[in-house]
Amino acid sequence: MDIYRAHVLCCGGTGCSSSGSAQLIQRFEEKIKENGLDKEVKVIRTGCFGLCEAGPVVIVYPEGTFYSRVKVEDVDEIVSEHLLKGRKVQHLVYSDHATHEQNANKALADINFYKHQHRIALRNCGVIDPENIDEYLAFDGYKALEKALTTMTREQVIEEILKSGLRGRGGGGFPTGLKWKFAAASQADQKYVACNADEGDPGAFMDRSVLEGDPHAVLEAMAIAGYAIGASEGYIYVRAEYPIAVKRLEIAIGQARDYGLLGKNIFETGFDFDIQIRLGAGAFVCGEETALMRSIEGKRGEPTPRPPFPAVKGLFAKPTMLNNVETYANVAQIILNGADWFAAMGTEKSKGTKVFALGGKINNTGLVEVPMGTPLRTIIYDIGGGIPNGKKFKAVQTGGPSGGCLPAELLDTPVDYDNLIAAGSMMGSGGMIVMDEDNCMVDIARFFLDFTVDESCGKCAPCRIGTRRMLEILERIVNGKGEEGDIEKLENLAKTIKATALCGLGQTAPNPVLSTIKFFRHEYEAHIRDKKCPAHHCQALLNYVIDPEKCRGCTACARVCPGGAISGTVKQPHSIDPAKCLKCGACMEKCRFGAISKV
Amino acid sequence: MKSLAELEAIRQKTLNRINLRQEKEGEVTRVVIGMATCGIAAGARPVMLAFMDEISKRNLSHVTVSQTGCIGMCRLEPMVDVIVPGQEKVTYVHMTPEKVGRVVAEHIVNGRPVEEYTIGAAEK
Repeated sequence: MDIYRAHVLCCGGTGCSSSGSAQLIQRFEEKIKENGLDKEVKVIRTGCFGLCEAGPVVIVYPEGTFYSRVKVEDVDEIVSEHLLKGRKVQHLVYSDHATHEQNANKALADINFYKHQHRIALRNCGVIDPENIDEYLAFDGYKALEKALTTMTREQVIEEILKSGLRGRGGGGFPTGLKWKFAAASQADQKYVACNADEGDPGAFMDRSVLEGDPHAVLEAMAIAGYAIGASEGYIYVRAEYPIAVKRLEIAIGQARDYGLLGKNIFETGFDFDIQIRLGAGAFVCGEETALMRSIEGKRGEPTPRPPFPAVKGLFAKPTMLNNVETYANVAQIILNGADWFAAMGTEKSKGTKVFALGGKINNTGLVEVPMGTPLRTIIYDIGGGIPNGKKFKAVQTGGPSGGCLPAELLDTPVDYDNLIAAGSMMGSGGMIVMDEDNCMVDIARFFLDFTVDESCGKCAPCRIGTRRMLEILERIVNGKGEEGDIEKLENLAKTIKATALCGLGQTAPNPVLSTIKFFRHEYEAHIRDKKCPAHHCQALLNYVIDPEKCRGCTACARVCPGGAISGTVKQPHSIDPAKCLKCGACMEKCRFGAISKV
Repeated sequence: MKSLAELEAIRQKTLNRINLRQEKEGEVTRVVIGMATCGIAAGARPVMLAFMDEISKRNLSHVTVSQTGCIGMCRLEPMVDVIVPGQEKVTYVHMTPEKVGRVVAEHIVNGRPVEEYTIGAAEK
């Protein structure tokens, strides 16, 4: 057995990989060898730690020193100081945005970002080496499968999931136990278990992180589900845009087969189960369950009307049980710790924890997992570290293109499925995009609708034609050509689309528009009536002006203007010709006297 | 295919290997070796390797080995602190790889510090 005195954990998730963690790992290995430490110090590539903002992240154990934004050239210093001489490299240690406190002598769990979190689905992400099944086993891996197969009946497994109150983490929030029960009740010669890893909401990346950081958790849960409903085959439908996740899943499936945790006669109980991967080409609609199953079958990814529900007639016309990645990531823990343990967390109707992907105008961009019922304010300010550059919070968008924007008045809303719907948004897959005073809410609505129009499969008219008409109206408004009655037209169209579209994509597509009208109607009205964008975001509705009092006539703006719109003589106040102005903002950036502003 | 017992064995073995990543204060015995220039010059590295070797031979999953800087008494290097939870810290001085076996066996495993190697004995 190889014992090392120190482990260097480098994040190998997509976020940190894109900021160069692969080169870091290579450099660490070279330098450690060069210093003759390769028998004492081990480098491990883990999944995502969640604090992507501070990436690439490196943690050195046993001290638990948290280094952030590590560059290749910093590696030499960490090796020669910390690993060789045992002195922490203070200037690379993570420091908190809000408190500027360094964690040098604190455990990871004491950092503000982690302090309020409770990690169940992400428990192994950033802790284990996802490409090594032994490490997963060491953290109670496959114990739940063992427990289910050897000590529980199928009914007991389903009952446990039902009692836990676990609901689908992909967005709908349907009780997971019920889904399992329906699929178990269907009679057929063949049933399927499927995993929806077609994560499509802009800004959401929790499923990717689970697959990258803890792929065996999903495999184990799918095997448990297969046992519970009587299925022997499983499919994971994952986007081809997630190459690291796909690679780690393939490795994990291979290792699980080698150990006999997938395949024939698992634990000699007579239960057979195996899993295949299917790659999606990135169509948003394929995250919808019926379209996803058509795509697995090799057909065009288009939704079909329900009923029949997948639990009755799904994949290859056989009963199929489809759950989201994050839902599966909770299953093994529920079987191991019991339904009561899980149900003790969260709110009355939403149990357990939820992972959120924080993005947009927020200091700690990253992944967080909190108990259901945690107020938005805690997530955004205490964990997320608040809004950068001293700007004012305006809204938070939850639920991606199917969700809505919630204003500052609702910051104290406890986050769970029902509260978010009551507030006019939805949980969705858990993306949270924070917006500050510079974001125009009409333009945000236009952005999300632009996305759904692009991604609509075109099968049903309300979605194909209706969302396009809504987008046209929104584009008119942000271009300063809005008319009286546009808001009412939008509301009318939205109502019709919601009531008549075939699948979830269309039924929820108007939500970003409706919620912004509900909470930010004054911004719509300002665009339409006054032809002004209150956030000074919409280019067609703003002008750059020079304040003659503040202008020193340095000519910096005139020199940088690509359109030749600025005129004036040296040491005299300049002025901008609105007819020539391209509204690029270059002059404003260049001005050292703060004389240029948007009106 | 692995049997249930084999899986359990893999679990235990791996846990020993990765135990230092779990932040469990109060359960872990820490061996801290002074490894500044003075310590390294006096031969701290072979001492540390001897500790790691002994710990892995005995499968002691609750022990971590780590380094620290100069403790200030360079003439007594190599120095090693052994911190058993619930007990007072014990500082060993003038350590050699040969002395390591006794410290692990008597102090870390059986809870009785090796008095004659400690700083108290050296300073008498």
